[in-house]
Amino acid sequence: MNESRRYIIQIVIILIGVVYLVKLFAIQITDNSYKVKAEDNVMRPVIEYPYRGLIYDRSEKNLLVYNRPVFDLMVVPREAVIADTVEFCRLLGITTDEFDKEVVRMEKDKGYKSFLPQAFIKMISLEQLARFQDKLVQYPGFFIQSRTLRGYEHSSIANALGYIGEISSTALNNDSTNYYRQGDYIGISGIEKYYEKELRGQQGVQFKMVNARGVVKGPFKNGNYDTLSVPGENLVATIDLDLQAYGEKLMAGKAGGVVAIEPKTGEILSIISSPSYDPNMLSGKGFGRNFMDLTQDSLKPLFNRAIMSVYPPGSTFKPLQALIALQEGVIGAREQIYCSGALVGDHAPPGYYDVHEAIQKSSNNYFYIVFRRVINRNLSENTFIDSRLGLEKWNEYLYKFGLGKPLGIDIPNEKGGMIPTPALYNRIYGENRWKWSTINSISIGQGELLISPLQMANYAAIIANRGYYYTPHIIKEIDTTGLPLEKYRIKHESGIDSVHFTTVVDAMEDVVNKGTGLRARIDGIAVCAKTGTSENPHGEDHSVFIAFAPKEDPQIAISVYVQNAGQGARAAASVAGLMIEKYLTGEIKRHWIEEYALRGEFIY
Amino acid sequence: MREDRSILNKLDWSVILIYLALILIGWLSIYSTNFDPESGKSIFDLSINSGKQFLRILSCIIIIAVIITIDFRIFESLAYTFYGVVLALLIFVLIFGDEVAGSKSWFELGFFRLQPSEFAKFTTALAIARFMAVPNFKLDNSKNLIRVGLFIVVPMALIILQGDTGTALVFVAFVVPLYREGLNPVFIIIGISMAVIFILTLFVSKLYLGIAIVSIVLLIIFFNKKTWRKIALTVASGALVFSVIFAVDYVIDNVLKPHQQNRIKALINPESDPRGYGYNVINSKTAIGSGGLTGKGYLQGYYTQFDFVPEQTTDFIFCTVGEEMGWIGSLVLLTLFVLLMIRLVNLAERQKSRFSRIYGYSVVGIFFFHFAVNIGMTIGYFPVIGIPLPFISYGGSSLWAFTILLFIFLKLDAHRMQIFIR
Repeated sequence: MNESRRYIIQIVIILIGVVYLVKLFAIQITDNSYKVKAEDNVMRPVIEYPYRGLIYDRSEKNLLVYNRPVFDLMVVPREAVIADTVEFCRLLGITTDEFDKEVVRMEKDKGYKSFLPQAFIKMISLEQLARFQDKLVQYPGFFIQSRTLRGYEHSSIANALGYIGEISSTALNNDSTNYYRQGDYIGISGIEKYYEKELRGQQGVQFKMVNARGVVKGPFKNGNYDTLSVPGENLVATIDLDLQAYGEKLMAGKAGGVVAIEPKTGEILSIISSPSYDPNMLSGKGFGRNFMDLTQDSLKPLFNRAIMSVYPPGSTFKPLQALIALQEGVIGAREQIYCSGALVGDHAPPGYYDVHEAIQKSSNNYFYIVFRRVINRNLSENTFIDSRLGLEKWNEYLYKFGLGKPLGIDIPNEKGGMIPTPALYNRIYGENRWKWSTINSISIGQGELLISPLQMANYAAIIANRGYYYTPHIIKEIDTTGLPLEKYRIKHESGIDSVHFTTVVDAMEDVVNKGTGLRARIDGIAVCAKTGTSENPHGEDHSVFIAFAPKEDPQIAISVYVQNAGQGARAAASVAGLMIEKYLTGEIKRHWIEEYALRGEFIY
Repeated sequence: MREDRSILNKLDWSVILIYLALILIGWLSIYSTNFDPESGKSIFDLSINSGKQFLRILSCIIIIAVIITIDFRIFESLAYTFYGVVLALLIFVLIFGDEVAGSKSWFELGFFRLQPSEFAKFTTALAIARFMAVPNFKLDNSKNLIRVGLFIVVPMALIILQGDTGTALVFVAFVVPLYREGLNPVFIIIGISMAVIFILTLFVSKLYLGIAIVSIVLLIIFFNKKTWRKIALTVASGALVFSVIFAVDYVIDNVLKPHQQNRIKALINPESDPRGYGYNVINSKTAIGSGGLTGKGYLQGYYTQFDFVPEQTTDFIFCTVGEEMGWIGSLVLLTLFVLLMIRLVNLAERQKSRFSRIYGYSVVGIFFFHFAVNIGMTIGYFPVIGIPLPFISYGGSSLWAFTILLFIFLKLDAHRMQIFIR
């Protein structure tokens, strides 16, 4: 009677078999996630960090930036065994409290996994390393990992070089190429940021297979997905490290910026922002504390004055005014203009001036008259409209001299300064409610005109070149091409005939020989220059100076701003003259000027 | 010699072929699971599991030879003796045994270890077969039910005392021969219902279950003859179900050991704590699931080889098959097991003696339980109960015990025509 039960039993057996096979079909074939998960669990990408590119100075003998090895004490928490914590701490030179703190910190880290290597103590000292390395075998789970930091054998040019640091979460989110990972280092400012792509190279990845305990068992899929790391490209900077260091020494204790350019090429020989800091401060262990100190310093040492500060150019603007007027034909090269001294206060006495003498003696009244001629061309009967048309024309010249917008140097965050445009004056005074007499202070480089030291140096280079410039840049050779970036190989014309430069250059030579620039005079070298005093409503005026030398075949064009140092003839002229002397002769013979500049007492 | 040849001819070779196929699959899988290309060790290397397993497989030939050679009648006549000896061993092991992985169920015998509980399966099968083979024995009275039950429950209890709940649960498999011999299906239905309610309670909130039960009780009362007896019976069963539901929490928290609680919790939601108690289930499913249709290829199952799956050579050996041979491999293995059991049912039914038939169904039940639970747990259908997959899993005791279990039945089957002689 129970024979039929055999079929029930057999049906149940078959049913279970079928149910299991259906379930197996679901997890093995329909659902792909298990395959992905298995690969995820055994695959461990091991990043091979490339060597970051080095940066040489223009001699290619001095390293501006190199890589220095540091050592991190790593631990795989799951495998770690510390038999004697006290001894362990003694080896590392830490207290047991600090040890506990490190453990807590490590376990709180976002990426903490007990089976993954973690940095237990970052950047242990060489002394600790030496002591610990011998005893390493006693502490399973611990190992030493080396990596490199940026190192500097000098203490110069910190702001232009910039620094690297761990990538921020914002930068990580903005990284559309998905190149970076949490904890990667990236250039944060200066050259390090601008040339990040060239310097960083290409990370390599090796996909390893690891077992459940994280032990590497071999390559994943025979290493078919592995990539090799490509070292970063070395860069050759345009910087002359000796000149740079000398300039920084001269600028010590002063606030301001200095930019020196090789006129023919636009290569920046020296770029100084003062006060500065030792670049070693922002590399390595003290980074956090030093960074805080620097950001809280009221003198803002992290602020790159050479490219980010803008000032009215003062009288250094006069050669440019002269060039525009000559090009526009509103004055003749030898035309005498009577200056009564009634228009504006003046150091130059009343009398007849031609453009040469006006530059040499820095006549304010002369340039008031000249600028009125530039602005008011009687193109319209309405003087307001006429002034607007004149200013528009004048603006075009300024743009061609690289003013009013960033030049495009290969350092991030360059400021473009400001040139007064009709739009600006319309905003200030209202449309058709301003004319020459409203805006005449810009005749002599005061007022709404704002120019950075870099733009000033470029302006000096244009005069030195008699009419053209290459965009100033700080990297002249990138490893693979041996050339600077494409945009630094394009010649820009100023739109002013070279004959007019002859007039202005002659006058600038006499500024040094007979005029206000005497402190920049060097025996045997024809230095052309212009002093300036940038009016500062908040305190002492800024001392401004532009120069280039030698007059024929100029090798260096320079601009110097010294904040709150009064007349351009004193602080700025001294610094500029000394740097020219240093660059062209390699030594300083005019020690009294050097002492004067170093002493730094310019207000008297 | 003539008799030897005749016994070989009478053996059911289809079962033997499946047996050999399973042994081979198991042995190859054990080698693959511990495979390390760098060591270059061969499958016969005695320092690795597959080498040890090979010795055990060889020793099975002796066991089989002995079973086939000796008189088939002693299995029935000495059934109680075998049962008694193994019961004694189960008690001895509690006193003198060695504790391995939380279970005190092993005898350390120098070069190998023996687990008496594995052998209790076939001795119990022999004992109940002998007991129920008495002419006119019927399972319709409680006296007989209790007696048969005692045969099963006594070794079960001793094994639970050893701390090996998994092996003890295997004795539930004797429901199969009892069912075939006329056990009222109500018992099975009640048992399965209890299990279902138990599991449901873990998944569904008590409120909904309560509402469902009250509704069912009311419906039954409404549609049934409204006699007091029936109403009382229905309400009583409803109350019983209620008490089971509310007992579940108590059972889980107080009766089950923490690792057993975790296994049940992992069954419900393995992802809730992937590094904790769900680890086994997630990883065994991952290993099997990553095999795809055709698998990663023999010796290529990195997931099992890299120790992600716990107990890979013993309880979770099926993961290696699933990972390396894919669904096709799983299909082959499951089909072999299903064919084996179907064939064994057919063999059991052709027995002339009740003893042989009951024993045969016991063999089917035990294989079925191991098969269903072992593979079920690897794919997340059962809590992790540590019982081996017959003939596949690594381990001497289980291999010998299953071989003895199977070949006693094949021996009995070979002599099925002689049974009348008695």
